[in-house]
Amino acid sequence: MNKVLDKASTVSCQDVEQFLYREAELLDSWKLDEWLKLLTDDVSYLVPPNEKPDADHRFTLFLIADDAVRLRERVIRLKDPNCHAEYPPSRTRRMITNVRITGVEGDTISVAANFVVYRHRRSEPPRTFVGYYRYKLKMQDGTLKIAERRAVLDAEELGSMGSVSFIL
Amino acid sequence: MNYQPGTKEFVVENRENQTFLVNREVFVSPDVLRQENRAIFDRCWIYVGHASEVKNPGDFRSRSVAGRPIIFVRDREGAVRALINSCRHRGAVVCREREGNTRGFYCMYHGWTYNNDGTLRGVPGEEAYGPSFDKKQMGLVEVPRLEQYQDFYFLNFDANAVGLEQYLGKAKEYIDLVVDQSPSRKMEIISGVQEYEIKANWKMLVENSVDDYHLIATHTTWLNYMRNSGVDIRPPKGLLLPTKGLGKDLGNGHLTTDNPNYRGRPVARWISVYGEEAKEDIAAIRQELVQRLGEERAARVADTNRNLVIFPNLVINDGSSVTVRNFFPVSPDLMRVTAWALGPVEETEAQRARRLHAFLTFYGPGGFATPDDVTALEAAQQGYAAWREVPWSDLSRGMARKEEQLDTDEGHIRVFWRRWNELMGARA
Repeated sequence: MNKVLDKASTVSCQDVEQFLYREAELLDSWKLDEWLKLLTDDVSYLVPPNEKPDADHRFTLFLIADDAVRLRERVIRLKDPNCHAEYPPSRTRRMITNVRITGVEGDTISVAANFVVYRHRRSEPPRTFVGYYRYKLKMQDGTLKIAERRAVLDAEELGSMGSVSFIL
Repeated sequence: MNYQPGTKEFVVENRENQTFLVNREVFVSPDVLRQENRAIFDRCWIYVGHASEVKNPGDFRSRSVAGRPIIFVRDREGAVRALINSCRHRGAVVCREREGNTRGFYCMYHGWTYNNDGTLRGVPGEEAYGPSFDKKQMGLVEVPRLEQYQDFYFLNFDANAVGLEQYLGKAKEYIDLVVDQSPSRKMEIISGVQEYEIKANWKMLVENSVDDYHLIATHTTWLNYMRNSGVDIRPPKGLLLPTKGLGKDLGNGHLTTDNPNYRGRPVARWISVYGEEAKEDIAAIRQELVQRLGEERAARVADTNRNLVIFPNLVINDGSSVTVRNFFPVSPDLMRVTAWALGPVEETEAQRARRLHAFLTFYGPGGFATPDDVTALEAAQQGYAAWREVPWSDLSRGMARKEEQLDTDEGHIRVFWRRWNELMGARA
């Protein structure tokens, strides 16, 4: 991903795929400070409730609705051994497929992708999170940045997935 | 363990020695769960839903309550009902949608139809039934009792149970403190529900919901977040938490914490996390409270946090936001939790957004605190596998204290256990 990108309209689907794979690698290897560098200063990270996938977090109770400040605090928490739900950190593995650019408006690229995230912890059953991402990516200084990251779960309820204590 | 009582009782209390022990078998035993289902869930008032979830005639929610499929519905005349979601013919659930608005329910198995008040409307090929087949007697069965307090609806499978208000007793005051946040005294369940499982015995979430002793160890990262956000979380000398809270017995197994707030309240106590721009708005909310309720009551509503347990399994956390959550056992080591957010109906968009933001900082499966609670409960459940070797949990904290029980004591948690033990009676 060292290629310098000029403007949003020239970004190819392959550029976006490589960007998402790189993000997945950083998250799966818990390089969270590096992951933060992929985010814009006004990023939001949203996980809507299972039964209201299209809802607006200002009016609906989400599972996660972080603004930039809280997302950075979330990373501080995740790196802390006192984050008991993620200590030791879960082993996660993300499969990202069906990546598409769904729109370009000014410097913003809308991206859709499907995901399967496996989460493994000692003494717990393996947990599988299936769903789709909706990203808003922005061109900043010749690289892509994440301005909005919405992870939507397909399951009717969180149920046996338990918690979303890692970055989904 | 020099006070090991050496009995097989579920709960052993010795006031003289100030010991209170809970037999860990109660967290792992299928026999205990069977007995709980009969002695507790079939006899106590169990929360089913809030009036705001079925605002209009025909609105319904289907949910599982104490193991039964229930349709919580407002019928065409406006009456709220809890119907058992099972066709009178051969049993299939007649409502398979989570929520909606309908004139009636349709059984997809043989096509029987019911009105939204539960009465039987149509039976395909009705002529095949004999003269004793009376459609009027064949409506969906209603739960034996359904009553409400301040729009919180509870059902009871015991037709002879005492009335809901008598059952709630002193807990009503604490529900009133929640409801008083609304200028019209109307609260509503906000859309969006969190439904998740915890691999732990259901009773542990009762304990955990009101256990302020665990806050420092379990929720270090949340406290760090508060501190990073400019909130003063330093405890005064002699306390574990920033304010001196109490644990209270409300009778009938109901209990609450009652704590001076330090972590902010949408109604109405500003903290730095909300941002400077929210200061004026929160002052205005408070002003309304003072005008309507007077200084003293307004302070009671706005400046205290209360985590309330309505026995056996409803928790209303009126803290940095208001959550309503209940939970049912699936098996001794697994519970299913449903959590909602509650807010005044009058809230503006900005106020509602602030409330939801505050909710998610602490509560829920993606919050900064709840996942660590879940981890603690699951860790305890893992430990209980050795219940034969380590049979007793110690809940004596605070028993030696002569004054009121603090929220960081276990006096209020003992209230739950005493009532639980009383209802469970002698071992079956």
